[in-house]
Amino acid sequence: MVSARSSSEVRMKWFRKFYGQRYLQVMALLGVAWMVIFNYIPMYGIIIAFKDFDIISSISQAPWVGLEHFKAFLEDENLPYVIKNTLGMSLLRLIIGFPLPIIFALFLNEVKSVIFKKSIQTISYLPHFLSWVILGGIMATWLADVGVINKILMGLNLIQEPITYLAEPKYFWTIIVASDIWKELGWSAIIYLAAISSVSPEYYEAATIDGAGRFQKIWNITLPSIKGTISILFILAISGILNSNFDQILVLRNSLNETSSNVIDFYVYQTGLLSARYSYATAVGLIKSVIALILLLGANYVTKKLNNTSLF
Amino acid sequence: MFSTKRQTASDAVFDVVNNVIMLCICFITLYPIWYVIVNAFNDGSDAMRGGIYWWPRQFSLESFRAVFNSSGIMTAMGVTVAKTVVGTVVHVFFTAMVAYAVSRKELIGRQLYMVIGTITMFFGGGLIPYYLLIRDLGLLDSFWVYIIPAMFSFFDLIIFLTFFREIPEALEEAAKIDGANDFRIFWSVIIPSSMPVIATIALFHGVYQWNDYFTGMIYINDTDMQPIQTYLYRVVAQSSSNQMLAAMPSGVAVTVTSQSLKLATMVVTTAPIVFVYPFLQKYFVKGFMLGAIKG
Repeated sequence: MVSARSSSEVRMKWFRKFYGQRYLQVMALLGVAWMVIFNYIPMYGIIIAFKDFDIISSISQAPWVGLEHFKAFLEDENLPYVIKNTLGMSLLRLIIGFPLPIIFALFLNEVKSVIFKKSIQTISYLPHFLSWVILGGIMATWLADVGVINKILMGLNLIQEPITYLAEPKYFWTIIVASDIWKELGWSAIIYLAAISSVSPEYYEAATIDGAGRFQKIWNITLPSIKGTISILFILAISGILNSNFDQILVLRNSLNETSSNVIDFYVYQTGLLSARYSYATAVGLIKSVIALILLLGANYVTKKLNNTSLF
Repeated sequence: MFSTKRQTASDAVFDVVNNVIMLCICFITLYPIWYVIVNAFNDGSDAMRGGIYWWPRQFSLESFRAVFNSSGIMTAMGVTVAKTVVGTVVHVFFTAMVAYAVSRKELIGRQLYMVIGTITMFFGGGLIPYYLLIRDLGLLDSFWVYIIPAMFSFFDLIIFLTFFREIPEALEEAAKIDGANDFRIFWSVIIPSSMPVIATIALFHGVYQWNDYFTGMIYINDTDMQPIQTYLYRVVAQSSSNQMLAAMPSGVAVTVTSQSLKLATMVVTTAPIVFVYPFLQKYFVKGFMLGAIKG
């Protein structure tokens, strides 16, 4: 094709086409420029993980130190508990927090009255719209020495003295997982409810004629039809296992529960911005991003092999 | 006949149990919020005795009066309203504009632009390089730190993109014949026919802007520039009731405590969102689906 025409003719044609869509190109390139600045320049900034960067020098001036910060990370005495907290809370969230919205959606779908169903949905979304700061304030009120939880437990004679929950490391994981479920249960269920609503009613009618009960229908029709949705959300959940809900942790953590509340995300913030160890914190963040990417690709591959659904 | 009847009986039991469970979930969801509300509407020093569970014991609006008279709280509220309005308008139109350009099949470099965007969804520079960027851009302690770094989202672009594909091409063709340029088509054809998706993204981003405290905490030192959520964060997480007491305007009733002022601020901060979201619900459920199918 190209040999048939001269290459300058092709170029002219390209330019003419490009000029014809100049408005579109400006619109698109403004977005690309934004991404270059706010996504790609920080990616370039990762090189300070291999340098000794301090706030006075520029990124290019800082001397190279190779993998020194990564070695320091492996010898970091805080590393074991930071990783333990990150994985511990994520796994708890995965084991308890992942199935609950599915179960909630399945049972909400069985509610017969349309108005009742809609009302429950609207109510269950509500906490999603509260900020973690507000939720932190609510929880501080509930978990205080004179708060409702202590009042109830003391009323039932289960404890004698009020417990300062947020000051004791051993309660922190439970508080995190429970508050996360409280906030996001209804919201996370939306996507499953939408998937369920697209299942053809004929399947249910046929099953009813065959004498299937409610649970049998849920197990044999509803659940298999939302398998694809579950798989995709599971891939995302797995790849996010090193992510903590930073907004949440930051609100509920304090120096007293430090040993069970410090997670990788917070550690990066703490060492980087509070202690100004920029290069070291960037190295820690980079290790996390790379592992997250590997997990995402791995989970995607496994689900693809198992049941033919995948993210990409 | 017999078996159908038994079926109905077990069905009825199931329905009752299921409805009761659902009511319990609603109660667990609403009660903690209700608890804060009734305590905020109760007299501050009386509330310190505790035991207010269902209804205010000594109804009082003093805490709310204190909130609205506190210049610190009102300044922070003003920042929040400004960043939510400006941030949402800019985010929605900028992201929609880029999405529209990318949605057009003849766009040269379309594939490349999509790849550039997709990579950003899976990998990023992390907190420290990002902080350094914001600093080098001179956005520290600037109102624009709330707007510019948040004006675009590739995830939202995908939601727009999915929606734009459904718009009949005939609409654009008609405008093109009339001699409109592509920006004009976007502005007067695409935007007016995309209200459901615009409402969805506006709600998502509006809630983000309203609730975000992190930006104000990290990039803003000037307390006159902090949004209400950052203000509350400093009160709640660092339990600095001193700040709360400092916020208390003079001449306020002595019965207002730092705790009651905090609860009243929480109620005032949250009320706008709680009133708005049920009306936009039908949009965001749809929008959520659009994003989910693709993303």
